[in-house]
Formats: sequence, C-alpha cells, structure tokens
Amino acid sequence: MSSAEMLHVGRPISRVDGRLKVTGQAKYAAEYPAADLLHGCVVSSTIAAGRIIRLHTDRARAMPGVVEIFTHENSGKAARQDEDWRDDIAPPGHPLRPLHSDRIQFDGQPIALVIAESVEAARDAAALVRAECAIEPHCTQLEAKRSQAYVPPEKRSGIPPPSDPRGEPEQAFAQAPIKFSREYRVHAEHHNPMEMFASTCVFEPGGKLTIYDKTQGSQNVQSYVASVFGLKPANVRVINHYVGGAFGSGLRPQPQLFLAVMASLALKRSVRVALTRTQMFYLGYRPDTFHTVSLASDHQGTLLSIMHDAVAETSQYEDYQEALVNWSGLMYRCDNVKLSYQLAKLNKATPCDMRAPGAANGVTVLECAMDELAHELDIDPLELRKLNFASMDGNTGKQFTSKALDACYREGAAAFGWSGRRREPRAMRDGHELIGWGVSTGTWEAFLQTASARARLTDDCKLEVSTAASDIGPGTWTILTQIGADALGLPLEAVSARIGDSTLPASPVEGGSWTAASNGSAVQAACEAVKHTLFKRAQRMANSPLADASFEHIEVKSGGIGRKDDPRRSLSIAEVMHAADLTEIVEDGQASADPEQAKRYVSYTNSAVFAEVRVDEELGIVRVARIVCATAAGRILNPKTARSQILGGVVMGIGMALHEEAMIDHRLGKIMNHNFAEYHVPAHADVDDIEVIFVDEHDDKVSPLGVKGLGEIGIVGTAAAVANAIFHATGKRVRDFPITIDKLLAA
Amino acid sequence: MKQSAVNGKVPISLVINKVRHELDVEPWVTLLDLVREQLQCTGTKKGCDQGQCGACTVLIDGQRINSCLVLAVTRDGAEITTIEGLADGADLHPLQTAFIEHDAFQCGYCTPGQICSAAGLLREGRAHTRAEIREYMSGNLCRCGAYTNIADAIEDVLRQRVSTKEAAE
Ligand code: FES
Ligand code: FES
Repeated sequence: MSSAEMLHVGRPISRVDGRLKVTGQAKYAAEYPAADLLHGCVVSSTIAAGRIIRLHTDRARAMPGVVEIFTHENSGKAARQDEDWRDDIAPPGHPLRPLHSDRIQFDGQPIALVIAESVEAARDAAALVRAECAIEPHCTQLEAKRSQAYVPPEKRSGIPPPSDPRGEPEQAFAQAPIKFSREYRVHAEHHNPMEMFASTCVFEPGGKLTIYDKTQGSQNVQSYVASVFGLKPANVRVINHYVGGAFGSGLRPQPQLFLAVMASLALKRSVRVALTRTQMFYLGYRPDTFHTVSLASDHQGTLLSIMHDAVAETSQYEDYQEALVNWSGLMYRCDNVKLSYQLAKLNKATPCDMRAPGAANGVTVLECAMDELAHELDIDPLELRKLNFASMDGNTGKQFTSKALDACYREGAAAFGWSGRRREPRAMRDGHELIGWGVSTGTWEAFLQTASARARLTDDCKLEVSTAASDIGPGTWTILTQIGADALGLPLEAVSARIGDSTLPASPVEGGSWTAASNGSAVQAACEAVKHTLFKRAQRMANSPLADASFEHIEVKSGGIGRKDDPRRSLSIAEVMHAADLTEIVEDGQASADPEQAKRYVSYTNSAVFAEVRVDEELGIVRVARIVCATAAGRILNPKTARSQILGGVVMGIGMALHEEAMIDHRLGKIMNHNFAEYHVPAHADVDDIEVIFVDEHDDKVSPLGVKGLGEIGIVGTAAAVANAIFHATGKRVRDFPITIDKLLAA
Repeated sequence: MKQSAVNGKVPISLVINKVRHELDVEPWVTLLDLVREQLQCTGTKKGCDQGQCGACTVLIDGQRINSCLVLAVTRDGAEITTIEGLADGADLHPLQTAFIEHDAFQCGYCTPGQICSAAGLLREGRAHTRAEIREYMSGNLCRCGAYTNIADAIEDVLRQRVSTKEAAE
C-alpha cells in the first residue's frame, strides 16, 4: 500500500473499542457469567523452602458454601512429563506444577485451592487453611549467591546469548587514557497490571471447556491446557477479548488457569479462580540484576572498550533468561567488546518477561555509564552518543534495516531545549529545588513473527478481519480495523476485527512489540488475497471491463473494483460476487520473516529520551518535571494509540527510576510490600509533562507494513535519562535503582 | 440494622443506576462484590480489593468512593451510580467522550474507576488547575500510564463546564 492509498492507516483514529471501555461493557476474564459457577480461592505458601507435612483443612471444609478443597494429595490427574507443561514462552527447566507435590520452592507458591459457592465463602475458608511445614534453608538474596552464578547451560529459545568477545577488550581498557568500571544494580520489579489474574472455566456437558483467561496468548493457553490435561485441543477454547494490562505477566499460563481447569474437570462444573493483589506478586517479575560496566575512551570520547558483566536471579526450577547485556555490544561503535550474563538460583518464583525484558534494565546501566563517561571527559552527554553512533550492529556484523536515531537526537534535543543546558552539575536551581537535565538512548529489537489472519468480505461490502491476536492495551483492535479498511478501500464502520479467541487463525502471543508488524501484515496479506480473488471473479464475468487488466492496475474502493487509470471501467463488489454466485469471499494471509534477509539485516527501534528533574535539596524528593521521548519506529499506524504506547512506557520508566522495587525480608524469604500501598507504581501526581515525538523513518525491510512496534521502546532509556538528570541536578550518582530518597540523601 | 430470619441475610434497598433493587445481602459482602458478582454489573473493576487502586470507584449519593471498602449493608437506601449509569441513554457523559477523544486509557481496566472518580471530582468543584486534577486523581492508579491523557480529558471537561457556566451567567 502506498501512503496515497491509505485513508485510515497513519491517522490518529480513536480506539474502535473505546466506547465499550468507557461504558464498562468490555468484559475481562473474571467477568463472564456461567450457570452454577463455583469460585476458587488460592492458598499460598508462607515459607520460602521446605515440605508440607500436613494441610489442616477441617475448619475450612466446615464453612458453609465450601464445595471442595484441593491440595497436592487430591489434585487430580495431569501430565507427568515436563515437556507437556512447557508453554511457548517457557525457559529451560521444570515448569511449575501447582499442587503437584509437598515441595515448596518459594514463598507464595500455591499449596491449596478452596472451591465454594460464593466468592466470600471461598475467600474466608481459604483463610482457615493451615499448613504444617518442615522448613528448609532458603536464600532470596542475590548478593549472597552472586559468587555461585553460572552461565545457563541450556539457552532459552528466542533469546540470543551474549555475543562472543570481539577485539581485545581487556588490553584496550588497560591502555586507554580514560576509563572506569562501575557497579550498578536494578532491583526486582513487578508487572502489577490493574486487572488481577483470573480464569473463568466454563464446563459444558460432554466435557468441552471454554476458558476466559487473562493471557497475552489464547492459543498458548489452549495448547498448554490440552497438553497438561490430555484433552483434545478442539475441546478447549480460550477467549481473551479484553485484557486489563499484562506487560509480560500474561505471556505464560499462570497458576490460576491450571487450578480453575483442574477443579472444573474434577467437579464437572464451571469454575472461576481469581488471584488477589498479593498473589499477583508471585507470578513472576523483572529479575533483580547486578551489573559491572567498564568503559574506556580516548580523550575525545571515542569508545575504545566496552565490558558489561551481569548476574540475574532465577528460580530453583527454571533458568529464566533475557537479553540483558547484548545491547552494550550494539548501541555504540566499538571494536573491543566483552559481554557476560550469568544466573543465580534463589527461592523465588521464576522471573517473567516484563516490558522490554533485558533492555529496560540492561540499557539503563549502560546509559548511566555513558553519562559518567561524558562527565569524566567534560563533554556534552548527547555529543558523546552522537560521536559513537553505530551504523551497523557490532554484535552480528549485520546492517540495520533503518536507524533514524540521529533524527531522534536532533528533534528530541530541539523540543527539549537541550542546547540551553549548562554542563556542570548543580548549575540550575529554582528556589529550594535543584534542576537537572539528563539524556539517554533507547533501543529494542523489531521482530516479525509468523502470524496468520483471515479476511471475509461479504456482498454488502462488510469486511471482517480475524487473527488470534490479543489486545492488552496497545490498540490491536483499532490498527487491524484500520489496515483492513485501507486494504479494501472501505470506511472504518464497514470493518470489524475479531481477536482474542483461540479458534481464530494462528497468532503468536502478544509481546515483544511484534503484534502490529506481524498480525497487521497478516491481515494485510489476507485482504490482498481477497482482492485477488475478487479480481479473478471480476475478470471471468461476461464482457468484463477488467478482462485485459492486470492485478497491479486495479484498485478496490468505495464498494467497487476497477482500473486505477480509468475508474469508469469498474464493477461493484456485489455484482461481481452475485455473478459468481457468492455471498462472501474468505481468504487467509500470512506474515513471516524472510530468512534470506535475516542473514544480512537486523532491525531495531531507537529512541532518545530527555528528562528534567527537580530535586528538593533538603528532603531529597525527586520530581520528574518533563520528559521528551523521540522515537524512530518505522511507520506509525495510528499516532494516537502509538503515542499512548510511548507514554505508558515512559511512566513505567519513571517507576523504575524512582519507585518500584520488591522488598524482601531475607530472613523469612518473603516479599513484604506485596500491595499497591507499599509497592509504589507511578500515580497521577508523579507524572507531569511528557512529550512524544515520532521521527520520520522509512523502512521497507523490517515488515511488510514498514512497522517496527512500540510496546517496549518507551520504557527503555527513561530510567537512565531520569538518573542522569538527578546527577546533573545534584552532582550525586546513585547506581542502585530505584533512586529513592534514602539513597539520594546518603550519596 | 434490620436482620431477616433467613441465613443471617440483611434486607436492603439500593437504587443502582436509577433502578431500585430490593436485596437480601450477607453482612460481609462488599458493595463491589455485590454489583460484580450478584448483579452482574461488571463495569466496576476490582484492582486490589484493599482500597489502594481506585479501580472500584463508584458514586454513592454523588460522592466518589472505593466500593471494595464499603459493606453493602451499611448503605441501605443509598443511590449508587456506576460506570454503566453515567451515560444518558445513547449519549455518553462528557467525561466518557473526552476519555475516548484523548485516548485516556489503554487496557481500559482502570477506566471506569477513573471516570467515576473524575465525575466525583468535578462535582466536588475543588480542582481548578491541572496540578490539582493530578493531585486529586492520585487515588486512581493506571498501570498503562495513561495519566497525561486522563488529565487532558478531565481538564477538557472542566473547561467546558466553566465556559458553559460563564455563558449562563
Ligand atoms: S479494588 Fe477497591 S481500591 Fe482497588
Ligand atoms: S488503562 Fe490500563 S490500567 Fe489504566
């Protein structure tokens, strides 16, 4: 599609599901009714390691309304092999099997499920279940296990391990005139989507299940349920029309799903299991990470050596992995690079991909180190980045399909007013507040995954496009509608999208910022196939005005198909279909990456983030007064929803910089701040002025639509920009995220 | 409190979105669970069940309140408005329109609470500036981070109200 043909794509269209969401009609997983519905409440372990000796359930059973209590002793039949429990996203290891045995591997592990006739009865009875346990030694402290860290023996699929060293990084470091090594830490963060995890499993006589699940992938959940319970996939339908946020926590099937299905199959009734906010803290999290970053340069600032070594936590039972240090080998031009990434096992649940997994934390520390280098050299931190601009990927030696990062630097700096910055710290002040300006680069890989879609055009010129994608908030419903409308020249009202249902054409989970590129391209391909069929049918008609036209010459618009160069030679869609005795044309389309191209090219989204902070000098309170985020992400399908994606990422980046941190009492191995009052996510008062800029970037290789994806990039770089601004304001460098008041006052 | 003979349930009468409901409710049932589970009015959301997120905000006699912290039996006779009751038939409430226009949500899960809270705030009449909107809306968390757009939407409606009022005077 050329831009001239696009009436809807590229325009700031309001969400097609907006009305449903502002009127409370959009239904989420826990909101679907079912006849005779039972309610489940999960009982969680309160110790971090050990064995269950006995679960005392008598008092809970005596509670009116309680139907059954499931524990490891009566949890029913489920698959025995790890293989059968491994979902599409699972890292290597032994996936968690809720209520499988008496073994406890982390605080918060599900140990029982109370099923009752009402929410209240289930909840109150669950509080009466008492676990008698043999406590074993545990460790939840990454620093204590750092010396035992190991390189994961089995790689997680889809996660590239750090590239091999290049050049002579140690030697170059030793000989460089300017150099330093710094230790950073980014504490564990929790996704905390607003909707709590829930599954409503509707049991139909005959054993068919319809499961309304909070997930980022209906088909991932469907195949997991089928394989864990030995069911025919056709008997399991998973629906996730609306998902109240997830940020990665819904990539893998979560325990409430297993528990709801298990209870439903055992009791032959419909069951809903919803987690509590506290239980949400045990579903996975962004892992706690330690980093050593060593940078060396010449006197002008040209990078001579980059070394980035990181240690991340994982659980006892799985080796969760993410691309944490790889960014340090590709963001800047440098011939001498060494990267390492190790894991340490703790008594915690397995971490789980959280918005820009690996980049949000890995890029943050590199970008803080770059700021330290600029300070050391006494040059402008933005200039230092420009000076070391990488025009190819140093890790792989491949070319970028596009990289308009220079435009991000330029346009972001202009919008922010960066040229007015005084270089030395503590130079700007407003009353009792110190003012600081910081900058960071951001980057995230642009993926194209294999996805399928179906397009159905009816003789009344209505189009339905469908794919088993999810919309956890980015606006998938809307962009697919826009793409369909433009592909067949229809008004938006004539197009409906169907997503969030495992029975629809195959789709990957929604994650990694790949949905717009992958599912969007598949929808486009399906519509193109419909157009093709329509054209063939039109040509076959008697005296067809299109008989001698070729496909490239025709267009479908305003309910007709005709020649672009001679609009009078056209036919209406209805007449073509009726002549062929059709009432609809249905075609499938696919999108997938081109392996040939992948041999030469890599694709990344890039950004420049500028932050202004105001720091109360005496109290150490930091306010983020403004952020400018300039992003190069290829084609922007919908500037309105795209902007929201960046805003959301930036806000979460503010949380990473200043607020978010799981606090664990290591003596007990327990998370102590497992609620919204004590785990602070940014609130209205924390978020002031955010300006979003999309720079022009044309990329005809990254995906058929030229789209790169926006779900992650907003968070990458934001925390570093804020941290660097804090240094600029105060002259204090805090290398331990989040930068809370206590750390800042003590620095 | 009147107590009925059956199952310790308490008879109460609530007007929810202009419809009167005569209900027998167990004393431990929250207003949130009552509307979501028993009346299938699921527009009001549960984000924490602990009074910490604002997702469950409804208007009780015009005042915004976290319905997860309210035992239904304590509000016998009250008039309750939830997100389902804000629009006037097919005509959306100005806040609902402004939320769509400003893309003041992503996943939409905090949205009913944000909108009800904003409606309560407008009625309170104490927010005059953007800074005040941000301050007085801080009980409503949005993990999707739509805050700036939410503030834009509320500011928009606030301004419309001020200008209609000025025009009337
Ligand atoms: S659900 Fe009531 S405040 Fe969170
Ligand atoms: S729109 Fe998702 S939490 Fe606010």
